[in-house]
Amino acid sequence: MTKFISKLKAVKWKHYVNYIGVALAMLVFTLVTLLGEPKSSTLYLLENITMNIILAVSLSLVVGFLGELSLGHAGFMCIGAYIGGKLSSLLSAGALGDGIVNLIISMLVGAIAAGAFGFVIGLPALRLKGDYLAIVTLAFGEIVRTIFQNSSEKSFGGPMGIKTPRFDKHYLFIIGFVLVLITLFVVQNVIRSKHGRAITAIRDNEIAARATGINVTKYKLLGFIISAAFAGVAGVFYSFANFNVRPVTFDYNYSIEMLVMVVLGGMGNVSGAIISATLITILNTELQTVLSGDLAVLKDIIYSLVLIVIVIYNNAPKLKAFRDKYNPKAILHRVMMRRRDAGYVVDDAARWDVIPTKIDMDEVLSTDLNVTESTLKPDKEEKP
Amino acid sequence: MCEYVLETENLGISFGGLKAAQNVNLKIKKNEIYGLIGPNGAGKTTVFNMLTGVYLPTTGTFRLMGEELKGKTQEQINRRGIARTFQNIRLFSNMTVIRNVMVGLHNLPEYKCSLVESILRLPKHFKVEKEMRQRAKELLEIFGLLEERNQLAYNLPYGKQRRLEIARALATSPRLLLLDEPAAGMNPQETAELMETIRFVRDKFDMTILLIEHDMSLVSGICDRLTVLNFGVTLAEGDVSTVLNDPAVVKAYLGE
Repeated sequence: MTKFISKLKAVKWKHYVNYIGVALAMLVFTLVTLLGEPKSSTLYLLENITMNIILAVSLSLVVGFLGELSLGHAGFMCIGAYIGGKLSSLLSAGALGDGIVNLIISMLVGAIAAGAFGFVIGLPALRLKGDYLAIVTLAFGEIVRTIFQNSSEKSFGGPMGIKTPRFDKHYLFIIGFVLVLITLFVVQNVIRSKHGRAITAIRDNEIAARATGINVTKYKLLGFIISAAFAGVAGVFYSFANFNVRPVTFDYNYSIEMLVMVVLGGMGNVSGAIISATLITILNTELQTVLSGDLAVLKDIIYSLVLIVIVIYNNAPKLKAFRDKYNPKAILHRVMMRRRDAGYVVDDAARWDVIPTKIDMDEVLSTDLNVTESTLKPDKEEKP
Repeated sequence: MCEYVLETENLGISFGGLKAAQNVNLKIKKNEIYGLIGPNGAGKTTVFNMLTGVYLPTTGTFRLMGEELKGKTQEQINRRGIARTFQNIRLFSNMTVIRNVMVGLHNLPEYKCSLVESILRLPKHFKVEKEMRQRAKELLEIFGLLEERNQLAYNLPYGKQRRLEIARALATSPRLLLLDEPAAGMNPQETAELMETIRFVRDKFDMTILLIEHDMSLVSGICDRLTVLNFGVTLAEGDVSTVLNDPAVVKAYLGE
């Protein structure tokens, strides 16, 4: 028994907290569904939450770990939804029916299709940086959506989209949770391996990564492919949850919403992405149901106000100090010390990064090449 | 076997007509500490950038142990055995110290582990990770960074960041180490320590070192031979004392 306990202590629980959290949520909601008759709106919310978690976690691989700004995640999802949805309706018309086999096959195909486009989008990412890549990915998402919107009635149904087969609505969210677990398994295992280290090295300093022998081309493409493939999976899941796929869903607003989830969760923080995806989905859905009629316009305003407040709260230095002072840990600490002014030590480690380093190479080069008079002036006399 | 570790042959590059470096002929023997000096803008870092594949030389070529490396990418050149540090420190600043070194170990054949093996957490993954961690710890211990291994790299003080950069470069097990102004921003005591470190690296790792430096005490203290560049042209080369007393060199540094 003691051996077992010491073994338990040796396990790095930090590594499994995401799996445990998601698995617990899955168990709880499965039990609730088994015991009572849940509202269909609750089920729909659960499906949306799991779908958005998949999207946020997969996007965080590119944005948070690879450090490339991608605004076309909805485009990958769109490809997954259309290809997977179309395939599943073809399969259900055939011999396979609507069962789980149909779902698995269409998800695999959707993932592969989206992953292939991830490769295509990864190619410009090798040469473009920051804003420019963001523009390319944004355009990509819009192009994909427009192509499906203008498709013929027979192929992808044009603006009305395609109908997808009905899957047992009651338990679809369980599949959603399983997909979240699979996504977490792949993304986290990639991150927590030598390959993930290479990816984060590229984010931190691409020049140094190249000089250290990291194959930047390979790892950038890898990041984009994995990320796009899971967006494709989320797309197929969407098509199963909604019975139909329409191009309007995948506009750039949705891409930006995914980015917001990643940013709010903290760049390079998978648990954060999960939590913020959950909260944003709930906020969005609740606002949609609460505000009806003329008040519906308020939804976007409230939603954006909340986002602004959160972003400010996350970054403003004064609020940071305020938060450091009044966060639960600090308050607890003060209570424990039983002294109001007990020095809660705030980590000032970040200060180190303002230490001036060497002058930039280009700067040094240019000083010699454009010697102007001003640089040759003698120093001013020092005042005593 | 080739007599020289690094041999450059009329290496030169020009940017839009400006000849940043021309006819650079370096011949560096094994276990040598070779200095590349010159006033600001002389093209020293440009030479480094050519040797590491950042720039493609306009003229000439260079060989590492007799193998021609011109036209190879930075990654390929690093894998063939040239590692470098940067003038303005370039660490993976948001990663921990030990991870910085582990990135350096990434390409070594003994730590090969495919992506699928990593995703599925096969035994190979754990074995490789454990070995990499062990090797990284050994390297960090040599450089006196073992205590700080779990700190973020940007939290390290300046001198330690320099050392970490050298440790990371050495993790790739190079045959030639390029140091770009390793003593920049250091006080005399830190410089003295650095000289010890560089000598130690040469002896312990059986390394050949090419370094750019402005600090003449360091240059005359540890370099076996020197090349002086000025406006991209080789001004002098040879033994330290001969070169530093060369009238042309003195003129380039101090003016007439």
